[in-house]
Amino acid sequence: MNRPFFRALTFALIAATAFAAFGCKRKAQRPITPLADNSRGATTAPARPGGPAPLTEGNRVADPFAGGAGVASNADGSTGLPAGRLDRSAFNEDRAALATSTVFFDFDSSVVRSSEQGKVDAVAAFLAGSPGAALEIEGHTDERGTQEYNRALGERRALAVREVLIARGVNADRLFTISFGEDRPAVDGSDESAWSRNRRAEFVVLTPR
Amino acid sequence: MNLLPRLAAVLLAFAALWLLPVGQAQNPPELDITGTGAARVIPISLSGFDGEVGQVLRFDLEIAGFKVTGPDEAQFTLAGGSSPVRGQLAPKGGAALFNKEYSGASLRQQAHALADDVVLAVTGRPGIARTRIAFRVDPAPRQSEIYVADFDGGGAVAVTADASTAVAPAWVPGRRMLLYTSYKRGGPDIFSHDLGSGARRAVAEYNGLNASPAVSPDGRRVAMILSKDGNVNLYVANLDGGGVKRLTSHRQDDSSPTWSPDGTQICFSSRAGRSGLYVIPAGGGTPRRLSLDVANATEPDWSPDGRHIVFTTQRGGNLFEICVVKSSGGSVTALVPGEDPSWAPNSRTVIFARRGGGARSLSLLDVPTRRTKDLPRFSGSASQPAWAR
Repeated sequence: MNRPFFRALTFALIAATAFAAFGCKRKAQRPITPLADNSRGATTAPARPGGPAPLTEGNRVADPFAGGAGVASNADGSTGLPAGRLDRSAFNEDRAALATSTVFFDFDSSVVRSSEQGKVDAVAAFLAGSPGAALEIEGHTDERGTQEYNRALGERRALAVREVLIARGVNADRLFTISFGEDRPAVDGSDESAWSRNRRAEFVVLTPR
Repeated sequence: MNLLPRLAAVLLAFAALWLLPVGQAQNPPELDITGTGAARVIPISLSGFDGEVGQVLRFDLEIAGFKVTGPDEAQFTLAGGSSPVRGQLAPKGGAALFNKEYSGASLRQQAHALADDVVLAVTGRPGIARTRIAFRVDPAPRQSEIYVADFDGGGAVAVTADASTAVAPAWVPGRRMLLYTSYKRGGPDIFSHDLGSGARRAVAEYNGLNASPAVSPDGRRVAMILSKDGNVNLYVANLDGGGVKRLTSHRQDDSSPTWSPDGTQICFSSRAGRSGLYVIPAGGGTPRRLSLDVANATEPDWSPDGRHIVFTTQRGGNLFEICVVKSSGGSVTALVPGEDPSWAPNSRTVIFARRGGGARSLSLLDVPTRRTKDLPRFSGSASQPAWAR
């Protein structure tokens, strides 16, 4: 893959994004409906209220690796991220627009808490009103945990937010994820007040130059 | 590895002085790695070495399980000189095992060569004093570069100078080539870097995460963590990134793969189900949970002899510990506080990172004796060591 390819891809992305966003405009102006319980389950721990009681270990050997390709779907029906890195030089970056929507997480968790869902709603609403924009979701962790574990956890957090946005009707082709793990803390310090501010997903709005 | 031609020259140069080594341990006993750490240290006395040569010899021998003592306590005596480095090793009251003089390279390298000869003569196993490491250095906040150095931190040189974030170096076995993750192009991509030519090329640059590369023992395959399909999972590909194949498929995240020395299996950390260490056939198959009697295991590294896996555990807060377990799993032995361990080629010594004062630094651990040695501090932070093997 080479840079001309990226550039072509980027233009295609912008075109597709604008088309998809305008195409969805009327729909996006309707009030955003809350997630159904089963789709919320996709981003939260597998609690099953009212469902069958979980079997104890030893009776049933759960296969934690069974199934589960990403639930998020792209416009073409595939489940992966858009192919190819974003050519950042083709975009203006705006970190301020959604600064108050930073999503915070519990320790060692990628679950988007119910207290944070309103922020994701606001992000979805912003994107509905900015049809030309793409969004980068930055996943971060606190310093507890080893470095590559945290890099993976940060990406998982960004993907969890991405999935909520897709469930809110945002086109998956507009969403990009990046993990910095523990490498870019928002706050220095080694106590819970710092850690809780560092376990986060931040939003960078990307608009074509 | 770049030392091989020089070493050949050194060997030729002192061929005339070469006495046949009479190593006493033809079939050395298995190392007691997961035991109590009470392995016997070998007392040795040094005479005639001064300055840097004396310091290097003492460092190398102590991390190899020797204890430098006076002549009365010593089981072996090493007598020699510092410029050029020469040494005669003898068991106490016995005939010399070797008497060698070294030339070429630096005095520091000559001292490392002498230390390796002592280790080989006494233990029957090759030393590690002329091996190399790669690691991450954070010279400034929000910036990290990849460095390589001698195993003791000597001769450190920067491999990258991108003023970006470069992390998690991994050696291509038997070659002077690294793979690592760099954010140079905006997101975390995996690059290969030929240390001879400086040539770099992208191995994985998909959207999302491309991280934690580990190269197979035959140098032909790379295991890595990608999120291109919407989850943070384990993949393998050819060393050039082609032929990528997904090995796991679940909604939690995987990290830190390491290969078995025969190249047939990959051990990795996963948060699927109960988080911990799993082993999966390198060609694909069902992951098997490695039975461990500890929680929060990450950063596995499979020993080159295949017998052990060293890894990091976390106990509450910010307390990390280096642990080792037989590669079949089972009872875990806690070694020392620290994280991100990497085995030396001798399957005995481990390099790891410690946290302190808001930064990380590198240390060596001799597993059987539990002795540790700190590498010199780098300005900023040093972490994620990888031992060339």
